[in-house]
Amino acid sequence: MSPTIMLDVVLLALVIIAGIAAIEVRNLFASVMLASIYSLLMACFWTTMDAVDVAYTEAAVGAGISTILLMGALVLTGETEIVRRAVHWPALGACMLVGALLVYGTLDMPKFGDANAPAHVHPIYAGFTKQDIRKDPSGKSHDDNVAAEKAAAHTEAEAHAETAHGHDDYFHGHVPNQVTSVIVAYRAFDTLFETAVIFTAGMGLIVLLRGRRGNPLKGGLL
Amino acid sequence: MNLAATTAFFGTDIPTLVAGVILLFSILLMLVRAIAGPTVWDRILALNAIGTKSVLVVALLGFMTKRPEFLDIALVYAILNFLATIAILKYARKRRLG
Repeated sequence: MSPTIMLDVVLLALVIIAGIAAIEVRNLFASVMLASIYSLLMACFWTTMDAVDVAYTEAAVGAGISTILLMGALVLTGETEIVRRAVHWPALGACMLVGALLVYGTLDMPKFGDANAPAHVHPIYAGFTKQDIRKDPSGKSHDDNVAAEKAAAHTEAEAHAETAHGHDDYFHGHVPNQVTSVIVAYRAFDTLFETAVIFTAGMGLIVLLRGRRGNPLKGGLL
Repeated sequence: MNLAATTAFFGTDIPTLVAGVILLFSILLMLVRAIAGPTVWDRILALNAIGTKSVLVVALLGFMTKRPEFLDIALVYAILNFLATIAILKYARKRRLG
């Protein structure tokens, strides 16, 4: 048995304890402490999963900035939660159902660190390396091209070889893994959609925090 | 079971294993104190101690997987832990930040 697996199991058990306690505890100061502990343990877990960048972010944002922000919220509000909430059974059931569906969905995923995962071996660039659509002089439609590529389909080993070492001007087949390819060779797409996500979050924050003076339906966005 | 067989079974050497078990157990004890702790200071101390323990867990993980470079990450965690503790202590003393 791998020692990191044992470490993972124990760390995740502690994470679950901290998470449930953070929700259940009535003293909000203690709740903030437990949320910070949750983030610290999660950062350890990300490190064991070799996701060191995620672990950095978790430690800096989760345990660092979030704790300070929640402290700032505690300054503005009281320190204890007065109303004791009852359990909303339909909501709990819906959450359990969605969780079970997500776990069911992970059964189809390849194993962690599997070298034969579809993301590594799927021959998506093989056709592009054969004939680039932009250079195609025959004026055939894209579907015709795809069909031709499928007709000229070689063995999977050949396709993989081309995928791994394609040589053309457009970085097609730069690296075999598609995710790495998007992150490294198609950096612009990654940045574009990251920017879209941050823009959406900023718009949501502006709408939420613009104050409630007058009729919120009247007037401009700001 | 002799030493070599034990090492092969656990995938790491005995001192590292013992250190890991002790670390995780102490994290559990601190978590209990953070949940049950009657005063604010118990909880702050528990949080700070868990931060220190997570630094040690990351360092231990580096030696377990033969990558001592993880010590750098552990140092960053130590700095972040210090920052959060300062903010919490400031709030606990003055009831305001800044």
